[in-house]
Amino acid sequence: MTAAETAAARRDEPELGEGVHAVLATGERPPRPSALTMALTFGWRGLLKIKHVPEQLLDVTVTPVMFVLMFTYLFGGAIAGSTGAYLQFILPGILVMSVLFTTVYSGVTLNTDVTKGVVDRFRSLPIWSPAPLVGALLGDAARYLVAGLVIVVLGLILGYRPDAGPAGVVAAIALVVVFAFALSWAFTTLGLVMRAPNAVMNTGFMLLFPLTFLSNAFVEPSTLPAALEWFVGVNPISHVITAARGLMEGGATGGEIGLVLAEAAALTAIFAPLTTHLYRRA
Amino acid sequence: MSDGLAIEASGLVKEFGDTRAVDGVDLAVRPGTVYGILGPNGAGKTTTIKMLATLLRPDGGSARVLGHDVVAEADAVRSGVSLTGQLASVDEDLTGQENLILIGRLLGYSRSAARSRAADLLDAFGLADAAGRQVKNYSGGMRRRLDIAASIVVTPRLIFLDEPTTGLDPRSRSQVWDIVRALVGDGTTVLLCTQYLDEADQLAEGIAVIDSGRVIAEGTPAQLKASVGSGALRVRLLDPDRREDAARVLAERLGVEVVREADPAALSAPAADGARAAAAVAALADAGAEVADFALGQPSLDEVFMALTGHPAESGAPDGLADREEAA
Repeated sequence: MTAAETAAARRDEPELGEGVHAVLATGERPPRPSALTMALTFGWRGLLKIKHVPEQLLDVTVTPVMFVLMFTYLFGGAIAGSTGAYLQFILPGILVMSVLFTTVYSGVTLNTDVTKGVVDRFRSLPIWSPAPLVGALLGDAARYLVAGLVIVVLGLILGYRPDAGPAGVVAAIALVVVFAFALSWAFTTLGLVMRAPNAVMNTGFMLLFPLTFLSNAFVEPSTLPAALEWFVGVNPISHVITAARGLMEGGATGGEIGLVLAEAAALTAIFAPLTTHLYRRA
Repeated sequence: MSDGLAIEASGLVKEFGDTRAVDGVDLAVRPGTVYGILGPNGAGKTTTIKMLATLLRPDGGSARVLGHDVVAEADAVRSGVSLTGQLASVDEDLTGQENLILIGRLLGYSRSAARSRAADLLDAFGLADAAGRQVKNYSGGMRRRLDIAASIVVTPRLIFLDEPTTGLDPRSRSQVWDIVRALVGDGTTVLLCTQYLDEADQLAEGIAVIDSGRVIAEGTPAQLKASVGSGALRVRLLDPDRREDAARVLAERLGVEVVREADPAALSAPAADGARAAAAVAALADAGAEVADFALGQPSLDEVFMALTGHPAESGAPDGLADREEAA
């Protein structure tokens, strides 16, 4: 230890108490902020986490990127006659898949907060109690946006051409992000019920994987056995894919979009209060 | 009677399934003092604190903190208290500075005010150099100091500290003690949960000893120590096999009951008279039980428990694990 370091260390100890006195004397309580400010502050926290742990973004985009490449070049010729035609068909589906996979991480993140103890701090603050949840999901929406953009950009590079132009693509991404926001409430509920982040991840993907595959993302439902075709028809993820496809290619109906928004509203109405309730008692 | 008490709890009960984690706890804490809750792992300390900090709803009894009911007026309680949980309640992915800005913003500081408050706090807690580092790279002591800093972004009237020095090295420990003394010196009430008798002794004006969810003794540190004798002799033998022989020798020489500690080579016994204790240690060598080390000092938590309950303090899982299992 150099002389300077020793001096610094010595200075450190006796002054700790003094410094603490000084900050205690100046810590008067500011007026309580609005619920919106609180939620946005938690959203900022979510963005900081993306900045500090960019790997989590990589995790969720690698799989869909692999799917785009694998499905297009492996199955494209067999299923659609050409890789180009198949890419045109599956890209909106993979966009939806990519963004919805990301929603599982909302549950994982929340579960991590609970197991690490930081939730205790938030719950002991005099704040609007759903703020940490709403804010976290707002931050996650940024992640959904990135996941969606990655797929669209990759698609454009590989030759995907959205007939409805940029406006259609923007509308499709917006609709998928809205649905993802609603679906993530289901995973935050899961995140509060399960005991470990890994369990949330496994269960989440166990639910989401079959649901995204048993949809109209990769094949025309008319080619399927009747029972499966029926399931694909009622699967809300198929509805999101139909609407996204319609928006990107032109020809989306108000009914298709309305159905997705209604399903998003229903998911939120069920799982947002459930999550909030569980969070209070976590 | 409730006038002026910072914490007043009567008959607090919390059940998890069939377990009564907290089984009728009464507390009365005067404002501006440090009050210690002393107990072994899983005694119900964390659960008690969580009820007082409005994180858990009591299944029975009632509590008023700073004059407000913890259930009916939870928000008013939260406005006056801060909690430093046993698991450091900070976000490991963020930097120290970001953690403090986050709390500042949530409590109503403007962006610039939150930033400057964070800088002041980091300075005061000796963390200025680590401000921009992610908390996951902090040492245990730094993390604990940041945790306490996060609790005083707005000066609380009462602060809950749940085992603030468990797992810390001696230097970090004494830093935390300095901080606690500074807090109480400025009029903040501190409720301190600890497993360490010396910590409660150093800091607390009043202590409640809890075991299996009940308060089994209450008083000043001096009163508690008096209840187990003024001092204790602790002996560690080179050869654990000689422990029974050594116990017999000590019991003869000191005329007291000898405690066999969890360590298979260790013994302890109440000993008020230093000269007599030294003679007893010398007699051990004569009897062929070689002593690795010995100390004469305050009774340990084990001894306090032995004296108060007739059974040793249970050890095993850290309190956090036990309490988390209860909570799950």
